[in-house]
Amino acid sequence: MEKKLVRLDVNGQVHELYLNPKTLLVEAIRDHIGLTGAKRGCETVSCGCCTVMIDGMSIKSCSLLAIQTEGHKITTVEGLEQNGKLAPIQKAFLDNGAYQCGFCTSGMLMSSQALLNENPHPTEWEIREGIEGNICRCTGYNSIVRAVDACAKGKYNEEVRK
Amino acid sequence: MTAKNTEKTKYTVSTTSLAKTKYTVLNTHVQNIDGIAKVTGRAQYTFDVKLPGMVYGKILRSPYPHANIRSIDYSKALKHPGVVGAIIGKETLGIKQGIWRRYQDLCDEQLLTVDRVRYIGEPVAVVGALTEDIAEEALNLIDVDYEVLPAVYEPGEAIKKGAPVIHDRFERNINVTRHIEWGDADEGFKEAEYIREDYFKCGGQAHMCMETRAAVASYTPDGKMTIYHSTQAPYYMQALIAPLLGMRESDVRLISTYVGGGFGGKFELDGAIFAAAVLSKKICKPVKVVYSREEDFIASKRRTPMIYYVKTGVKKDGTFVAREAKVYTNGGAYTGMGATALYLTGFFHSFPYVWPSYRYDGMRVYTNTLPSTSMRGFGAPQALFCSETQLEWIAKDLGIDPLEMRRKNAHYEGYEVPGQARIASCGMQQCLDEMQKWIKGKGKLPANRAIGVSAAGFMSGGIFNWFDTPYSFSSAIVTINQDGVVELHVGAQDIGQGSNTTMAIICAETLGVKLEDIKVHSGDTDHCPPDLGAWGSRQTLMSGNAVKMAAEDAKKQILEFAYAQAQSEALSKGAEGKFNIIYDMDIKNGWVHNVARPERGRDYKDVIKVALRGKDGQKIMGRGYYTPHRKGMISPAYSYMLQGVEIEVDEETGKIKLVDSLTAHDCGQPINHLGLIGQLEGAFSMAAGYGYLEYMPYEEGKLMNPNLSDYKMVRATEMPPANIAEIDTIEPEGPYGAKEAGEGLTNPTAAAISNAIFHRFGVQIKECPITPEMILKALKEKKEKDGGKKK
Repeated sequence: MEKKLVRLDVNGQVHELYLNPKTLLVEAIRDHIGLTGAKRGCETVSCGCCTVMIDGMSIKSCSLLAIQTEGHKITTVEGLEQNGKLAPIQKAFLDNGAYQCGFCTSGMLMSSQALLNENPHPTEWEIREGIEGNICRCTGYNSIVRAVDACAKGKYNEEVRK
Repeated sequence: MTAKNTEKTKYTVSTTSLAKTKYTVLNTHVQNIDGIAKVTGRAQYTFDVKLPGMVYGKILRSPYPHANIRSIDYSKALKHPGVVGAIIGKETLGIKQGIWRRYQDLCDEQLLTVDRVRYIGEPVAVVGALTEDIAEEALNLIDVDYEVLPAVYEPGEAIKKGAPVIHDRFERNINVTRHIEWGDADEGFKEAEYIREDYFKCGGQAHMCMETRAAVASYTPDGKMTIYHSTQAPYYMQALIAPLLGMRESDVRLISTYVGGGFGGKFELDGAIFAAAVLSKKICKPVKVVYSREEDFIASKRRTPMIYYVKTGVKKDGTFVAREAKVYTNGGAYTGMGATALYLTGFFHSFPYVWPSYRYDGMRVYTNTLPSTSMRGFGAPQALFCSETQLEWIAKDLGIDPLEMRRKNAHYEGYEVPGQARIASCGMQQCLDEMQKWIKGKGKLPANRAIGVSAAGFMSGGIFNWFDTPYSFSSAIVTINQDGVVELHVGAQDIGQGSNTTMAIICAETLGVKLEDIKVHSGDTDHCPPDLGAWGSRQTLMSGNAVKMAAEDAKKQILEFAYAQAQSEALSKGAEGKFNIIYDMDIKNGWVHNVARPERGRDYKDVIKVALRGKDGQKIMGRGYYTPHRKGMISPAYSYMLQGVEIEVDEETGKIKLVDSLTAHDCGQPINHLGLIGQLEGAFSMAAGYGYLEYMPYEEGKLMNPNLSDYKMVRATEMPPANIAEIDTIEPEGPYGAKEAGEGLTNPTAAAISNAIFHRFGVQIKECPITPEMILKALKEKKEKDGGKKK
């Protein structure tokens, strides 16, 4: 298939890429742009390791073609921090031990952040549903739920405002 | 949404501490030292490694469970545009390898087979290409001429006379046998007032690491090899792969900085590292091999399926007198760590109780299925599923409280498991107290709910040396820079359990400095001392002891200078040798001081500068090591625990829902508070999966659900609150009294779920994982039986 010029807005930077039209978004991000925070853990859109945000909503980047996302704002885990300052959700994960091996963490952070974008004050059950598409084999999820809950309650906001 | 769902994370952690010491770093709230890398996406896993000129390798796998290979022709594949190279087993040294390398018979696996395949998915050929897609296409161009052989899948069939022989030297496919015995079980059963016999069947379980098996190998013309590998034990990988490549151990460098999970599945050589290494050596280019999820399911080993026969004899008051167990395990096609699992399952089947007589016979049987091996719990989850469910039924039959029966027979401090182990610390009684408190606090449960409890224990690292290493089991080196920053080099491997942080905490506490003063170097065999790695819950105790020793060594050297400095100052002020008290100096929080007069002291960093000058510029260096000696047959120390689960079962569908849980747990002195909670919650979720979700059905040697939409695991919505009651005993053999916490809790949960089902419906299910179909079948049978009685 003939390669096409594709412009992807990732973390506020527009990348011009020549891609085979069947290239998945996750492949464009990892293999062509070189941002390796998003991982891949399956071939069946089941694990959530590759979750990114598109216009603030979470989506598994293996479930889309890169060309489908032209004109949209893509945010990966690398886009959460601003000039080295961590986002509240990242601080919440650190403070609550909401990761272990870290392989699912990028995707888990994006699902959590997208949930908070959509629903700033989720109940615990809503948090669980919000991250249900992401498998974590290490933590048993509860520390992640506590992190998202604490973040929603504003525990990690103040420092960022400074 | 119901109210119960909104309060789930309000978990409790209570602590009963037997320790009196106050620590400055140990067991305080700290963030993992590698956390920033992980929450910002900076952490580079083997999966992310990209080297200049790297090619992507893919493995052709056997479609047959058992076949001879007459010939392989990859010439067409080589002509495919973008293909860089290919290799088959005949071009390798063809060495049969195994991790039990002291026992040649048990080294039975060629990671790229030469002339025979023994399970579906076994590697047959490797192709390297410019992209993974091209490599995949090229696999279809390889011609393999198979002579299909009769296959056998179940141990019960494989040991029969006339069954297909899977390894030529092993009659009736008996791979290895294990016998454990103490006391006289035959006499014991004569004394018993109640005897019960049951047969159980325990399934396999996939490790399901989020990062699939992955390796990048780079062989260079100077005869050196660098391998990035997602592994639990870099030293093992280095030592195991070098001879297969005809290389010196030290010419192979293993790097594994971040590892996306291990769970017992990543400390043997796997197909990924071997394929990458042999192809790289052939074409002298970096080769990356990453398993797809399907490959990970069908070709990276699994928890060992077991068939258990259990006979238990007790007195009417619930005192245990005798137990006998006979076990067949489905070994699959090769040995791997399965031989260890066979021993440990037999040992932990006795846990955590005093059996005056005990007899275990285990037999590991080869079959034409995916090899089975170690997985978190290492044979104990199967052993305790069978033991703890049967004990629950016995208590019911005798009309006694199952927790009181456990209490009466529990291990205790000072107990010796005859010929096997000495128990130096044991919090079983306190765990039982906490569990009874939790159950009492629950009051009367709704009719559709029930609680099940199970006990367990586990080792803190194995003492066995089947690997036959001349090195210490663990080693650590501490050096101190002029600004006081400590370089800690360990061979311990962080696979997400947080060992880098644990080692840093032990080092900081021992030296008396802050956590941020410690830099941990691990996961690189060129720069870190050898260590057996992260398996068998060994690192906190063994590597921790090595780190503590290294830090003490360094500290002693610092204090020598501090003492001399203080002494000379005192003398200059006219104290004239009256400073005996000064011998007792210490460092805490970066303050070098006289213990009797803590206000008299100086900054640690100033002392370091003086010490450096005093040593003619040489750095202070502390060395530490640990190898267990005379610690029985299994391990230097044992953790103890009780797991309680509250469940709800839908009678229409048989579906289980976990509602609440309590873990009462004795891991000795906790080192990393947050890490401990994470280990317990994580082990619980994996163990619960083994109890009711994670099912590996095979048909004719083929796994029927090798993907994440059909292989079910606990997800966030299935995980109940995990309340924790910590019992902090002091383990004399552990650093600061610590013992294992990462693995043992995988052991009790399946039985706890089964016991809850038993209390809910009165049905005894002798299989795990317990599927809804099993529950419905048991309920139907019970209904028919009860109906029959009424007539």
